[in-house]
Amino acid sequence: MNFGPLIFLAAFFGLACSWFGFVLTPQLQIGRLQQTNTVPAGAVYPVNRPGLARQGLGVYRANGCVYCHSLQVGQTGTVCDVVLTDAGTNQNDLLVALRKLRPSLSEAEDKELISGLPKTIRQGLTKGEAEAMVKTLTTSSAKAVTWIVPVGPDIRRGWGIRRTVAEDFLFDYPVMLGSQRVGPDLANVGVRLADPKWHLLHLYAPRSQVKDSSMPPYRFLFEKRRIERERSPEALVLPPELALEPGYEIVPKPVATALVTYLLSLQANEPLFTAPVSVAAAPAPADTNATTGGVTTSTNAPATNSVPAK
Amino acid sequence: MSSASQPTAPSAPAPAAQVAAVSEIDFSCRLPLLVLFIGAAKWLVIGWVFELIASIKFHSPGFLADAAWLTYGRVHAAFTNSLIYGFCVQAGLGVVLWLLAQLGGTKLAQRWLVTIGAILWNLGVTVGVVGILLGDSTGFENLEMPGYASVLVFIGYLLMALWGVVTFHQRRERRLFVSQWFLFTALFWFPWIYSSANLLLLTFPLRGVAQAVVAWWFSDNLLVVWLSLVGLGALFCFIPKLTGRESHSHYMGMFAYWMLILFAGWGGIPNSAPVPVWMPVLSTIGTVLFLLGIVAVALNLCETAGCSLSVMRKNTFLSFFIFGVAAFALAGFMRAGLVLLDVNQTLHFTWLGPALKGLNLYGFFAMVMFGAVYLIMPRLLGVALPWPKLVRTHFWLSAAGVVLLVLPLVLSGIVEELKFKNTNEPFLAVVRSTLPFLRVSTMGDLLLLIGHLLFLTNVLGMVVGFYRARAEATYAELTADLFKTAEARS
Repeated sequence: MNFGPLIFLAAFFGLACSWFGFVLTPQLQIGRLQQTNTVPAGAVYPVNRPGLARQGLGVYRANGCVYCHSLQVGQTGTVCDVVLTDAGTNQNDLLVALRKLRPSLSEAEDKELISGLPKTIRQGLTKGEAEAMVKTLTTSSAKAVTWIVPVGPDIRRGWGIRRTVAEDFLFDYPVMLGSQRVGPDLANVGVRLADPKWHLLHLYAPRSQVKDSSMPPYRFLFEKRRIERERSPEALVLPPELALEPGYEIVPKPVATALVTYLLSLQANEPLFTAPVSVAAAPAPADTNATTGGVTTSTNAPATNSVPAK
Repeated sequence: MSSASQPTAPSAPAPAAQVAAVSEIDFSCRLPLLVLFIGAAKWLVIGWVFELIASIKFHSPGFLADAAWLTYGRVHAAFTNSLIYGFCVQAGLGVVLWLLAQLGGTKLAQRWLVTIGAILWNLGVTVGVVGILLGDSTGFENLEMPGYASVLVFIGYLLMALWGVVTFHQRRERRLFVSQWFLFTALFWFPWIYSSANLLLLTFPLRGVAQAVVAWWFSDNLLVVWLSLVGLGALFCFIPKLTGRESHSHYMGMFAYWMLILFAGWGGIPNSAPVPVWMPVLSTIGTVLFLLGIVAVALNLCETAGCSLSVMRKNTFLSFFIFGVAAFALAGFMRAGLVLLDVNQTLHFTWLGPALKGLNLYGFFAMVMFGAVYLIMPRLLGVALPWPKLVRTHFWLSAAGVVLLVLPLVLSGIVEELKFKNTNEPFLAVVRSTLPFLRVSTMGDLLLLIGHLLFLTNVLGMVVGFYRARAEATYAELTADLFKTAEARS
């Protein structure tokens, strides 16, 4: 009997397995993904990028930004911090509890600790340890919370506060996650570098903003033109070493503006159920004196990311 | 391989202006394969010019920065697409068609339609590369050619593959060789993956990250599965033929085939991907299990070649193939190492990724194709290689080029990863620490470019030699008549 066709079918089925696994199943699982809610704020996430940013995505695609920049923040794990939010009424009990937890500190230090709440008591605990500690502290009428902190080299570099998840790219086409990092990851560049003027100058002349940058200049996204009547409000304010001959100015073409709008819209930092992270709540209206907002620990503060981290 | 004769030794130059008799099978392949091989050699050189431009930009970012079409992102994509679609798939198809005809002992069916397919393919790649340079890239890696170009490419492929399948069906030699399994499967698998990717990414795009998963699946299936199917198919045929030994073990060959079929298609999804975690895990498992097939291939072919490097000294063509086997095995282990050691989810973002791609594309696939084209072309045309010594030079330039390209990138990847972990090191310092390595690898690029030029020279030289011999023969024939009339008159 001729087994040829049978074996051929078997081989083809074998190859097609990966098609079922990585084409069909992802379509069923993440191809129908819907918007989700942020946790705990409950806002709808993600919202579609504004039209100009979507045009900017096209500029990003056309010029192959993806070959040097990834849009994937990795996370190797999660640790918990314990944050004391409210000292409560019985401070002595709290001090005793604190002494038990942190025997190395003197009483004065403990007192100072509970003076300017909220404050991080311990960092880098497992979930169980943190919950036990919170329990100990809460029994003494004070309030403490567990603070979820993702960790990993990318996060330590300030490229994001949590890993990127499928939801972050829900409305993008094409999704360009990148495969190599010749430049920094851009998943949160809109948080890290929020100034459009910086981005325009950086695109025009990267080395004027980041010394020794290896990014090529994108001068073709700009137009050099003679100043008619008065300077365009959009014209770049060039540093002295790039100064043009008098009477000329550099203005961004619409593509450059679109690209920068897209870059600024890259903010994959909302806490989600699939990627939990504790963030400081937005400053609440000052109607209670026990607000939980305003916690700034070194690992969480978006403010530490505002340096041009290159 | 009953119908194939021993290849011409490179050290025995034949007189150029002499056309030997060509078998019927070779004659039926001549026209389409000439289009494919000349096209492949041309795209290789064009692609490498793009690569060199892109490579120089790492050392001086301002180089050619004022023209949009020469910006790094576009030139780089033009390079990968010229290389993959212009050279790899094109040369691969030529080799597949010839081997299917030879091993089946039958003529290539409908050679004119195959030729039209080859021309359409080249037209498609041209349109695609120009489209990329004009900013129409799709944004999906290894599938950058815009939709209007991929339609041409796809029709061209179907025109060629269809008659390849018919040729296989019409074979007179009923016994199947391991090679035929590999090659026949390859003919079918490309249209499946290419149409899936194009339909789901360009025509009816999926939502969100599902696009990225399909793009990774496509890249892996093209660069690992398809290239391995074709490359190994050629190796399993040419190595036994050149060494004059039987293939070491038919069953090991079949085992490698099934491992490739079952596991290789699952790779490619990185650990840091923002997708449900079962995908990267499955991907890792597939990549590691594929190692079984790789070991089987390496052992089998090594035994067949006699497990000694001395055979390389005797036969230049064999050198290409043995280098290919070594690079294939090394690339397999590197791929597995890359997914297993990637605990920080940052390793695959380093230069190790391009190093692996380079090893697979040039170290394995391109080397096998060079050897195969050098063996096939003289038989198609009935002329000897015009400059056999250049073949040896080409081998050494390419071998040195691959080593000089891949090794510095591997080292640079390791340095990058170690420095990246230390977050006190600014990222720019991490990037700059790779620059000395990149300089060396640009040298590798340069050596490879010279090698590719030699390849193009030899391929074109053969064609010119063939037509010159034919023209001389025709001229002699015509003038003989003329002289006869003259003699008769006088």
